[in-house]
Amino acid sequence: MSAAAHSVVEPTPASKRIAGAIIILYAVVSMVPLFWIIATSFKTPPDSIAYPPKLVFTPSIEGYCNLFTTRTRQTAEYIASLPPPENFCDEVTRKRNMVIAGPSNFLPRFVNSLIIAFGSTFCAVFLGTLAAYGFSRFKVPLADDLLFFILSTRMMPPIAVAIPIYLMYRELGLSDTALGMILLYTAVNVSLAVWLLKGFIDEIPREYEEAAMIDGYTRLQAFRKVVLPQATTGIAATAIFCLIFAWNEYAFAALLTSGTAQTAPPFIPTIIGEGGQDWPAVAAGTTIFLVPILVFTILLRKQLLRGITFGAVRK
Amino acid sequence: MTETNASLLDRAAQAAARSTPEPVARRVRGLSDKGVAWLFIAPTIVLLLAINIFPLIWAIRLSFTNYRANRPNAEVVNVGLDNYRRILTDSDIWFAMQTTAHFVFWTIVLQTLIGFTLAWLIDRKFRGHAFWTTIILVPMMLSPAVVGNFWRFLYEPQIGLFAYVVSFFSGIPPTDIQMLSSVRLAPWAIVIVDTWMWTPYVMLICLAGLRSIPDYIYEAAEVDRASNWRQFWSITLPMALPFIMLAVLFRGIENFKMFDMVNLLTGGGPGSTTEVASITLKREAFEKWRTGFSSAFAIILFVAVFGLANIYVKALNRVKSR
Repeated sequence: MSAAAHSVVEPTPASKRIAGAIIILYAVVSMVPLFWIIATSFKTPPDSIAYPPKLVFTPSIEGYCNLFTTRTRQTAEYIASLPPPENFCDEVTRKRNMVIAGPSNFLPRFVNSLIIAFGSTFCAVFLGTLAAYGFSRFKVPLADDLLFFILSTRMMPPIAVAIPIYLMYRELGLSDTALGMILLYTAVNVSLAVWLLKGFIDEIPREYEEAAMIDGYTRLQAFRKVVLPQATTGIAATAIFCLIFAWNEYAFAALLTSGTAQTAPPFIPTIIGEGGQDWPAVAAGTTIFLVPILVFTILLRKQLLRGITFGAVRK
Repeated sequence: MTETNASLLDRAAQAAARSTPEPVARRVRGLSDKGVAWLFIAPTIVLLLAINIFPLIWAIRLSFTNYRANRPNAEVVNVGLDNYRRILTDSDIWFAMQTTAHFVFWTIVLQTLIGFTLAWLIDRKFRGHAFWTTIILVPMMLSPAVVGNFWRFLYEPQIGLFAYVVSFFSGIPPTDIQMLSSVRLAPWAIVIVDTWMWTPYVMLICLAGLRSIPDYIYEAAEVDRASNWRQFWSITLPMALPFIMLAVLFRGIENFKMFDMVNLLTGGGPGSTTEVASITLKREAFEKWRTGFSSAFAIILFVAVFGLANIYVKALNRVKSR
């Protein structure tokens, strides 16, 4: 991607303004669903299902209370007999004739998401960097076929992969384990990692390592001390992609995990209150789940942009 | 101090290396390049063989049997090509393929049109374009499952924001806007969410394409007094075409495999109006537990994606080399 734009035919100021207005309009409209998720997470259940939809409301953290707890319905007499509420969550729960029974599964599911996403990203980037260096610098027999094979593994529909994986994990005792999910996500991500990183490493001049090797470095030392530092940006960009994939993944998680290793994406849709989905709680879970990605996107937008266009255009 | 020592040692090693015969020198200096190459590549290949290829071979084997994963002890009978024959003649499967085709076709059309237009506008480089580009990107970073699930709420006929806004502008009563439970509207409900989510991706690739067009071509066009309209049709569009085609390829493959967003938004319903291929596959494999049958279907899908993608890449290369 060349950074230089065609500045010769500079657009007129008027056309720039119109273009800007349309883009801003699109950006704002496309942000509405996201805004609505965050707004709903701060509504009370009655506010969330009001008609017409409420734009102005008194914020409440009831959704977050409901997200992190399980509650049981009690009689008014029982609630009246309890000691005064300890915190806000206690108070709002009692107002709805319920008491907090215990913590919900959201926190463990969220922690699972963290462990599996970061674990698999680390493994995929580690293996991917090594393989990318191998393909970039050495004459590997059948290199093109191997690279194509690596990439083609991404074309399989996830459910198609999940059927034999389900059977295999059942035999190996990897069903519903974090290790199983990390292995699976690593395998899915490593193909992308090799492709992205090979491009980044191809850009580093070979002369650097050759010079280092003439200075007496072995190949491994040259890789560690010369190539790796040069490839940091590329590795970071690749890591973000792997992380986003593993964080957002749903199909494998829904089919292969059910309890101890379940991640947040299959869990959040199952949050229900009395009489259907508890939308403020779902919105609260969704908000907490999306915040890391939003922060990543804003902070690392340059690497992201580079990675997306770069990865796509190379393939 | 240690550094000097190390470099002295290195020098000594080098001197030694120079005076030793080549094969010995290589062994002394650690792994040969070939050794390093295999050491680096082998783990990835092994992992992919274990998690991708071995299961695929297993699935191929199962696809010729009547195996059911929920009855591991039942006798497994080899049924030959029966599963494949049944899939290719099954009207439900063909209906699912049509639903998938409808979804893939319309998402690609909408995303390409909107994505290219947005890229073309961003390429005007108005003030703050980088910031707004980042904002536009946000939907594609989010989890299709988690956000797809929330869209169910937006689509609620009475209380949902989508129905409210549409009825506000169109005058149709909001209770009539049954995006998810109307047979006519549900296929469009999934197209809208996918377009909202993935238009930014197409936009980015188109933008890369627009920025790859060198200035001098436009300069030449100016000299020739080509109109803006003419420049667009004979320079901008043809030169960005390989990029647009790439974006179409990626979205095509992804949407052919689409599962998470649709599963949470409609679950294939109402009835089976939005049952795309992956949902059918999930129902066969993990609800009806027809493992052999669904393996055959999975293989057929994989071959279809692979074959179509290969034909498309050939076409793409022809466009590129033009």
